[in-house]
Amino acid sequence: MLYSSIGYYALILGLGISLILVYFSIKNFQNSSTLNTKILSFTFLQFFLVVISFACLIISFVLSDFSNETVFNNSHTTKPLFYKIAGTWGNHEGSLLLWLLVLTLFILIFFLKTKNQPLKYKLLTLIFQQIIIIGFFLFLIQTSNPFNFIFPTPEEGMGLNPILQDPALAIHPPILYLGYVGSSIIFSSALAATYLNLVSKVWASHIKKWIIASWVFLTLGILLGSIWAYYELGWGGFWFWDPVENVSLMPWLALTTLLHCIMVLEKKQVLTSWVIILSISTFTLSMCGTFLVRSGILNSVHTFANDPERGLFILVFLFSLIFISLFIFFFFHKSSPNNSNSFFWLSKETSIIINNWFMMYFLSVVLIGTIYPIFLEVLSSQKISVGPPFYHKLIIPFLIPFLMAMAIGPKLKWIKSNIVDKFYLVLFFAISIVLSFLIVKKFSTNLLINTILVSSALYLFFITLRDFFIRKYSNISQNIAHFGFSLLILSILLNNLFSSEIITNLKVGETFTSSKTKIVFKSINQKQEKNYKSIIANFSIENINEKIEDLSPELRIYNQPNIVTSEADIKTTLLLDKFIVINIVQNQDYFNVRYQVKPFMLWIWISVIVISFGGLLSFFKKEHEK
Amino acid sequence: MKIFKLFLVIFLISSFNHLEASNYDVKSKITKNLRCLVCQGQSVYDSDSQFAISMKVLIDKKLEEGFTEIQIYDFFRERYGEWILYDPKLKKNTYILWLLPILIFLIGGAIIMRSFIFKKN
Amino acid sequence: MKNKLLPIFISLIFIIVFILFYKGLQNTNIYTPETKISNKIPSFKGDLFYSDETINSSNFFNSDKFYLLNVWSSWCVPCRKEHTFLMNFKESKKIEVVGINYKDKKINAENFLIELGNPYKKIIFDQEGIIAIEWGAYGVPETFLIKDKVIIKRYIGPLDEKTAKEIKSIIK
Repeated sequence: MLYSSIGYYALILGLGISLILVYFSIKNFQNSSTLNTKILSFTFLQFFLVVISFACLIISFVLSDFSNETVFNNSHTTKPLFYKIAGTWGNHEGSLLLWLLVLTLFILIFFLKTKNQPLKYKLLTLIFQQIIIIGFFLFLIQTSNPFNFIFPTPEEGMGLNPILQDPALAIHPPILYLGYVGSSIIFSSALAATYLNLVSKVWASHIKKWIIASWVFLTLGILLGSIWAYYELGWGGFWFWDPVENVSLMPWLALTTLLHCIMVLEKKQVLTSWVIILSISTFTLSMCGTFLVRSGILNSVHTFANDPERGLFILVFLFSLIFISLFIFFFFHKSSPNNSNSFFWLSKETSIIINNWFMMYFLSVVLIGTIYPIFLEVLSSQKISVGPPFYHKLIIPFLIPFLMAMAIGPKLKWIKSNIVDKFYLVLFFAISIVLSFLIVKKFSTNLLINTILVSSALYLFFITLRDFFIRKYSNISQNIAHFGFSLLILSILLNNLFSSEIITNLKVGETFTSSKTKIVFKSINQKQEKNYKSIIANFSIENINEKIEDLSPELRIYNQPNIVTSEADIKTTLLLDKFIVINIVQNQDYFNVRYQVKPFMLWIWISVIVISFGGLLSFFKKEHEK
Repeated sequence: MKIFKLFLVIFLISSFNHLEASNYDVKSKITKNLRCLVCQGQSVYDSDSQFAISMKVLIDKKLEEGFTEIQIYDFFRERYGEWILYDPKLKKNTYILWLLPILIFLIGGAIIMRSFIFKKN
Repeated sequence: MKNKLLPIFISLIFIIVFILFYKGLQNTNIYTPETKISNKIPSFKGDLFYSDETINSSNFFNSDKFYLLNVWSSWCVPCRKEHTFLMNFKESKKIEVVGINYKDKKINAENFLIELGNPYKKIIFDQEGIIAIEWGAYGVPETFLIKDKVIIKRYIGPLDEKTAKEIKSIIK
C-alpha cells in the first residue's frame, strides 16, 4: 500500500516537473545565454521520479499487493517471480508507465549526449518532448492510474493470461518501446530543427544515431513479437497482419525510410521535407497505433482492455500533436534551394527517392488495410474484414521491383562507369532466374509468380553477397542490412513454398500413416504444476529417410483464469522446424493433432538479426571512417 | 516505362486469382480466408476452436459435394456477412480500399517523373 | 495562393479522419450478424436425436405455428440457465420448441434432459456442429424464432426474462 502511494505521488511530482521544465526552458530560450543547469537537473529528477514510480509498481507486483487494482487485475500469488515482474508492463497501466520511462530517459540521454548543438535547439527539443510527456502524465493519472486502491484488499488476484507468460513476450514490450517511444526524440528534435531552420547536414549527422538506435530496437522488438507468436500461440505462423502487428510495422516502415533519407541529408542538403515529414510520421504512427490498440476501436489477439474514455483522450492528444507538427512544418519549413544541377538521373538520391516511393506505398497499404474497416463501419455500418489475402495481393507484386531496386540502387553511382559490374549484374540476374525456376518447379504450383519472386530475392542475395566479398563499396553496414533483407524474403518464400502439414484425429495408441510420414501417438502423462494441470502427449514421428523423432506437445489447463492453452513442441534445426500441436475435441476421447514441417524458420529469425546488426554497425561506425 | 510497370503490376495481381491447386490446397486457401468468429483474430485455418473444427468439417463436405471456392465463400457470406471473409471482395464499398494504395503509388510515380523532367529542363 | 492550398487540403483530411475515428469510438465492437443477412431458413439434412431418422428441412417447419429453434449442449453452462424458459414454452399451442444438440455425446445430452426436462418436440443431433453453421450460429446457446419458414428473430446467448417476454408477445 505504501508503495502505491509513493508511486502515485512520484507521478504527480513528475508532472509538476514537466511544467517547471517547460517554464525554465522558455525563459532560457529567450535569454539565449548558456544552458541553465537547473534544466539538466530537473530532467534528471523527472526521470528519476518515473523510475521510482515504475519500481514501486514492480514491487507491488512482486509482493502481490492486491490493494493495488492493477496488481489485482493482472497478477496471482502462484505466478512465478519472473512473470510477476514482467506482468508490470504487460497490462495497460503498467505499459503506459513504461512509455513514460522511455520518454523521460531519452530526453535525459539527449541532453547528456548533445554537446555541440545550438542551445535553442536543445531547449526546443526539450519543450516538445515535455509536451508529449505532459500528455502521457495526464493520460496516466486521469484515465489509467496504475496505483488505484481497492478496498477491502482481495485475497487473490485475477491472474494474468497464461499465453502472456512467456520469456519472449516478457522482454518484447521494453525492447519495442525503446524503438517506437524512442522515436519521440526524433519527432521533438525534428520539430525543433524545423522551427529554427536547422535542418541541415550537421543536424542530420547528429540525429542519425538516434534514428539508428530507435530503428534497431524497433526491428528487434517486432522480431521478438513474431518469435513469441510462433512459439507460443500454437498455430505455427509468425505474422498475421493483425492490427496490433500492423501497428508496430507502420512506424518501422516510416523509420526505415527516414533512415535512408537521413543518410542522404548527411551528405547533401536535399530531401529535407522528406526527413521532417518522416520524423513526424514515425512517432505519429506510434501514437496512432497506441490509439488503435487501446481504445477498443479494433479487436485483435492482444488488444488491451477496451475503454472509450481512454480512446478519446489519446485521439485528442494524437491529433493535437499532428496539428502542431503540421503547423510548424507549413509555417517554418523552408524548402532547400533548387539543387537541380547536382541532381542527376542516375544518382544515389534517385535510388533513395525510388526507395521512398515504394516504402510509402507499402506503408499506405498497411495503413489503409488497418483503418479502412473502421471508417467503413462508421460511414455505412457495414463490417468487413481485411486480412492476409489483401496485404499479400497488394504487397507481393511490388516486392519484385523493390528487391531489384535494392540490388541495383546502391551501386548507381558506380555502374555508370564500370563495365565489369554491369556484367555481373546481368550474370547474377540470369543465375537467379534459372536457380529459382529449378527450385520452384520441383515443389510448387504457381510457377510464374513464385519463380519471379524467388529470383528477385535471390538476385539481391547474390549481389549483396558479392559486394560483401569484393568490398569495393565501403558501406558495409548497408550491405549487411540489405543482405539480411534478401535472406528474410528468401526464407519466408521458401518456407511458404515448402511447408507441409498433416491434420488428423488420434486416440492414445493410434497411428497415422501417409506416404511420407508415420505419426504414432504413444502415450500421455498428466501432471499437476504450480498453477496449471499439464497433459503431455508423446509422439514419435517417422519421416522417410530420416531417423525417428520424439515430440511432446502439451496442453495446460489453468485455474486462474480458466483457460486451456496448447503448447506446441517445436524441434528447430538449421534447415527446418518440426512443429506439432494437439487440441482437445469437445466431448470426444481423441485429440486433434496437427503436425507441420516448416523449412527455414530459423533463417527468418536470423535474417532479421542480420538486418539489425547492419544497423548496429552503422551506429558504432566512427565519424572519421565515413 | 511507367505504363509497362503498370501492366506488370496489374498482370501480377490478377494472376493471383487463377490458382490451380489440389483439394487440400483449396481447403487450406479457403480456411485461411475465413475468420474464426469465436476467436480474437485468427483464421479458421489457424484456429483449433470448436467452431473452427466444425467449419473445417463442413468445408470438406461442401467440397465433396462439388461446391467451388467462390460458392463456399458465398455460402458463408450469406450466413455470417462480409466480416467472415478476410479477402475483401472488390465491391462498391471496397473500391477505395483496393484502389487508394495503387492510386498513391501512381501519384508518387507521377510526382517523381515530373520532378525529373522538370529538373532536366 | 497555391502554397496555401496544400496545407488547407491536408488539414481538412486530418479533420475528417479525426471525426471518423471519433465516431468509430462510439461504435460497439461486439459483432452480431444481423438477421437481415438471410431471413429464410437454411436447407439442411439432419439426423433426429432419438430415432436416428434423417429429416429434410423442407418437411421440418411445415405447420403454421411459430417455431423456437434452440441450439444447446449438455456441456454448455448458460444452456442450463435458459432451460426453464424453454420448458415454459413446451405446452404452448402457438409455438413448437425444437432443438439442435450441438457437438454433444448422446448419453450426456440424454442425462441433461432427464435432469432438467425435455421441452423439445424434436431434436436434431448435430454431432459435428455443421448444422448449426448452416443456421449461421457460431456458439451455444443460440435461439431462432421462426414462422412460415422465415427467421423472425435471433437470440445469441441464453434466453432470459426479457427475451422470453418478447417471444411471448410476438407469438400472441
